Amino acid sequence: MIHVEGLTKYYDELCAVDHINLDIKTGEIVGLLGPNGAGKTTTLRMLTGYFQPSDGDIQVKEFSIHENPLAIKRLIGYLPESAPLYKGMIVYDYLDHVARIRGLAPEAKQKRLKELADMCGLRDIMHKTIETLSKGLKQRVGLAHAMMSDPEILILDEPTSGLDPNQIIEIREIIRKIGEQKTVILSTHILSEAEATCDRIVIINKGKIVADGNTQELTAGKGHERHIQIGLLGADADAVRDRLKTINGVKSIDATAGGMAKETRATVICQGEKDIRTDLYTAIKQTDWVLVEMTQETQTLETIFRELTREN
Amino acid sequence: MRQALLIFNKEFKDYFTSPIAYIVIAIFMAVTGWLFFSTFFIFDQADLRRFFTLLPLLLALVVPIITMRLFSEELNVGSYELLLTLPVTFRDIIIGKFLAAVAFVAAILLPSLSYPIFISFIGDIDWGRTIGSYFGALLLGAAYAGIGLFASSLTRNQIIACIVAMVICVALAIMDQMLFFFPQTILDVITYLSANAHFTNVAKGILDSRDLLYFLSVAFLGLYATHVVMEEK
Repeated sequence: MIHVEGLTKYYDELCAVDHINLDIKTGEIVGLLGPNGAGKTTTLRMLTGYFQPSDGDIQVKEFSIHENPLAIKRLIGYLPESAPLYKGMIVYDYLDHVARIRGLAPEAKQKRLKELADMCGLRDIMHKTIETLSKGLKQRVGLAHAMMSDPEILILDEPTSGLDPNQIIEIREIIRKIGEQKTVILSTHILSEAEATCDRIVIINKGKIVADGNTQELTAGKGHERHIQIGLLGADADAVRDRLKTINGVKSIDATAGGMAKETRATVICQGEKDIRTDLYTAIKQTDWVLVEMTQETQTLETIFRELTREN
Repeated sequence: MRQALLIFNKEFKDYFTSPIAYIVIAIFMAVTGWLFFSTFFIFDQADLRRFFTLLPLLLALVVPIITMRLFSEELNVGSYELLLTLPVTFRDIIIGKFLAAVAFVAAILLPSLSYPIFISFIGDIDWGRTIGSYFGALLLGAAYAGIGLFASSLTRNQIIACIVAMVICVALAIMDQMLFFFPQTILDVITYLSANAHFTNVAKGILDSRDLLYFLSVAFLGLYATHVVMEEK
């Protein structure tokens, strides 16, 4: 559906987006994740044709952004961050104006306006001036704007930023409903949101893609370290280190001799996909140590995000 | 072109949803009415020539107020981003906004038609010449609107856009009265560039193609410059 190749954007000297390659399939909900200033918004703005890429190409279906930007704009519905709508207009007039520009025929337009009013919960505010609306309501009007022509691709830039928890859940539900049929790309820096709504998460840092996959793939820790905490009684720290080091998959062990209860605590750092807890248990069983605790620290999206986007 | 008309439609309606439109029209009427009629009976002539000679300077002050918001407001609010991601071209946007400004200039001039109507009661008025002059005034407004649109595309600050446009328009309006300050060799150029010099014929009721060409070129230059600015952004 969308094919991005070598996409680059320079602001004068500053490289905001650095040779990004990305393929997005029909029907995916893709979350663009990254710290502030990572290049999320710039990437989205190039996808929507608002910014010209400095280098590289974007293809949506068979159209290229360089040759046929108008055709791409017709396929995409876009909601910029914080929904910058015409303040002085009445919601109905505004949506009507958008519908006309999107080329909806008069009867289709009426039907679509009604549908969107129900879908985005705008029925009661159709006659209100946009500047009098709360942030959440404005966001919903913006969403209606984006979905006007029932576009195949929906691009949302931080759709829930600045909303209260109830509004966030409402907007998320709408996005998930749309995502059943459409391709949705949304940017966010709220990790739980990406986890809750997206099929696929792309983490961007300093203009580059640093991770790409679904939540399970990312958290399963392909190539990442996993930590297992062990608590042992009657064991000597050095002995623990020597014994457990021999297990296949263990990278390093950090063991400290007992505290009050003479418990020796060890952190086993392992790499690879293999679950080594069985091996650990077997190795400990052969000694006369008493195993009082064993926990595996699962990687959350948060720790991965921190790891990948941390400043050196 | 359809898209341009839709943008025209929206922008033109926008003018009348804010009180600024009515204030501008009222002030324009008050100022022209006062300046025109205070000397009208002294000259004892049933024509609008003195009204039209006021227009280059007056419109140079009024048109920038009309055009200042066209791009600056969108840039400031951020709706520019929404506008550009709709399936419209730069040309649609520029033409739509420009026509809206010109139509609003027409809306400002419209109430002043009461002057010739009033004069026709007390003397004979040459309607052909009057209509011709109004047409010329509209072209003058279009030239200023082109400049105003360009100024508006430069900045997100409406006040700056307004002042930049006013400086250029007023300069064009008063240039030929400042000939004293310019060297002999470029006097012809200055006179040619002056909006006032071209409008003198129009005020007399003479529609000369050279004058019309001048107004249209100024408008076109403004719109073209706007296009360049949009591409650069």
